[in-house]
Amino acid sequence: MPRPFTPKIITANDLLEGDVIYYTAADTWTRNMSEAELIEDEAVSQLRLLEAQKDALTVVGIYLTDAKAGEAGPEPTHFREDFRRTGPSNYRHGKQEAAANV
Amino acid sequence: MYKYNDFDTAFLEERNRQFRAQVERRIDGSLTEDEFKPLRLMNGLYLQLHAYMLRVAIPYGTLSANQMRQLALLAEKWDKGYGHFTTRQNIQYNWPKLKDVPDMLDALAEVNLHAIQTSGNTIRNVTADHFAGAAADEIEDPRPIAELIRQWSTDHPEFQFMGRKFKIAVSAGEKDRAVLKAHDLAVRILRNDAGEIGYQVLVGGGLGRTPMIGKVLNEFVRQDDLLPYIESVVSVWNQHGRRDNKYKARIKITVHEMGLDKIRELTEERFALVRPTFGGADLALFEEIKAHFANPAFRAGDIDAYQAAYDSDPVFRSWADTNLTAHKADNHSIVTISIKAHGQTPGDATAEQMRVMADLAEEYGYGELRISHEQNVILPHVHKNDLPAIHARLKDHGLATANIGLISDIIACPGMDYCALATARSIPVAQEIATRFDALKLEHDVGHLQIKISGCINACGHHHVGHIGILGLDRAGVENYQITLGGDATETAAIGTRTGPGFAYDEIVPAVERIVLAYLDIRDSEEETFLETYRRVGMDPFKAALYPAVEKKVA
Repeated sequence: MPRPFTPKIITANDLLEGDVIYYTAADTWTRNMSEAELIEDEAVSQLRLLEAQKDALTVVGIYLTDAKAGEAGPEPTHFREDFRRTGPSNYRHGKQEAAANV
Repeated sequence: MYKYNDFDTAFLEERNRQFRAQVERRIDGSLTEDEFKPLRLMNGLYLQLHAYMLRVAIPYGTLSANQMRQLALLAEKWDKGYGHFTTRQNIQYNWPKLKDVPDMLDALAEVNLHAIQTSGNTIRNVTADHFAGAAADEIEDPRPIAELIRQWSTDHPEFQFMGRKFKIAVSAGEKDRAVLKAHDLAVRILRNDAGEIGYQVLVGGGLGRTPMIGKVLNEFVRQDDLLPYIESVVSVWNQHGRRDNKYKARIKITVHEMGLDKIRELTEERFALVRPTFGGADLALFEEIKAHFANPAFRAGDIDAYQAAYDSDPVFRSWADTNLTAHKADNHSIVTISIKAHGQTPGDATAEQMRVMADLAEEYGYGELRISHEQNVILPHVHKNDLPAIHARLKDHGLATANIGLISDIIACPGMDYCALATARSIPVAQEIATRFDALKLEHDVGHLQIKISGCINACGHHHVGHIGILGLDRAGVENYQITLGGDATETAAIGTRTGPGFAYDEIVPAVERIVLAYLDIRDSEEETFLETYRRVGMDPFKAALYPAVEKKVA
């Protein structure tokens, strides 16, 4: 039996900066996971992935990944995506550094 | 040290100019990512979890003071102030921007460094014994051969798009400090019964998904045959190696499937064709290269200052006992600088630390530095009387940790903190093990014990050949760590054996502690190392210490 669909977001890396970005409901890219579009339907997810891939010249490695609804927006369900949205654990670099400098 | 001639300089400039144009075409949209990716990989540029990563080759681990300063400049100008030295004698920058990479490569070219073939399905950076040219036990300096192989393999038209990567290591000591038997091909310099220098060629070693110990393909290749012989081996593999499955594409699988004898036979056939095409230019070049690696004029003089410091300063003595190795010249030592202060990231050095090490090399070390596959930095030639001054400077910059070969001298890959392939973190596990044993004040009692940690099955952290190996995996969405025991990275190379079920992230440090305490309990004397004890008593006592509850249930 196929596994039931779990909610997804679309993520990638920015071509110039190389950092992690997420696809929004407004067909734009954000650096903040909580602003990503949470896709609850499998057919929609495939369609949205195709739409996101239109930006393949400026965005690299576009893929769907599991997420869940949180209070402020989508949250990761897997530790890999949690690291991607935060940064490495040995230095406060990456997104956690950017957040601290706001 | 090898200095570029006009050809080398022009080649690198041209190559950098090409890559700059490729980056421009990617940015303006003329190249898709599918088209660009193989080009950037040929120039050492990866895209990882949080950013791009530039992997710069440090050929056979040798750096001049000026080159080290330039690495510091790159770290400061285009990265976040540090660099990460890897298990293949490369340095990785974790935060470059795509637009800056061509400038970084130009800056490297100014000091004869590059990132060519540090990625992709090519012959990678040639590694060597990090004590090359200094070790008391070596037959001759292995670096001229390594440099010859570097020049031959760079942009070699037959070997630019192979089925998979190909890693070569060279060593000339009785002791193997270059993990020869874990390489696709390894060259061991030796003397035959007639006293002639030649090369033992090993093939089919490798870690990763299917770990294999390298096997001797040819006991003695003559000096003038070496390059055509290596070309024949790579050529045979390039033709017969599997391209249907990337996990079965490395030469270790080809050797395993076809058999060593068949590979030897095909190599001989190929060699008969290849050898006549080498008209002697390689030998002339080799002679020229050798001249670059002449020993510095080692200075004479007594070692009073060293002896006085050794007798009076216990901190210096502890460092000297741990971090120095016998040098071939009188009154000299090889200094290994630990870039693994307890709790720090193994292999990371800040720009400031790089400059300090460059200065020390210039002031006291004949201008030379080395990077080890064990992720430390080496001053290969130091007069013993300079050691107290060096130690004092290292102390001021967090570089005087006396832990070489001890439990906190851990190899760790970048793991899931940086790497897109990783299945779990390795850096924090290394940091916590080092911190824990420092707190227990046990590591000098424990003695020689190598822990090696990889954050995925590809084994960049050499876990299979760690006395204690740790492999981080993703088990149902949670980090889980498998332990192997009894691995060995030296001339008596061995693949470690799995202890049993893995451990959760918060259980792995206590698990390692149980293994080490068990060892202290069962070793027959303070002289018996962990590996010797393991070989004597086997897995069972360690298993009992690791899985006490399970053992009880069975009982």
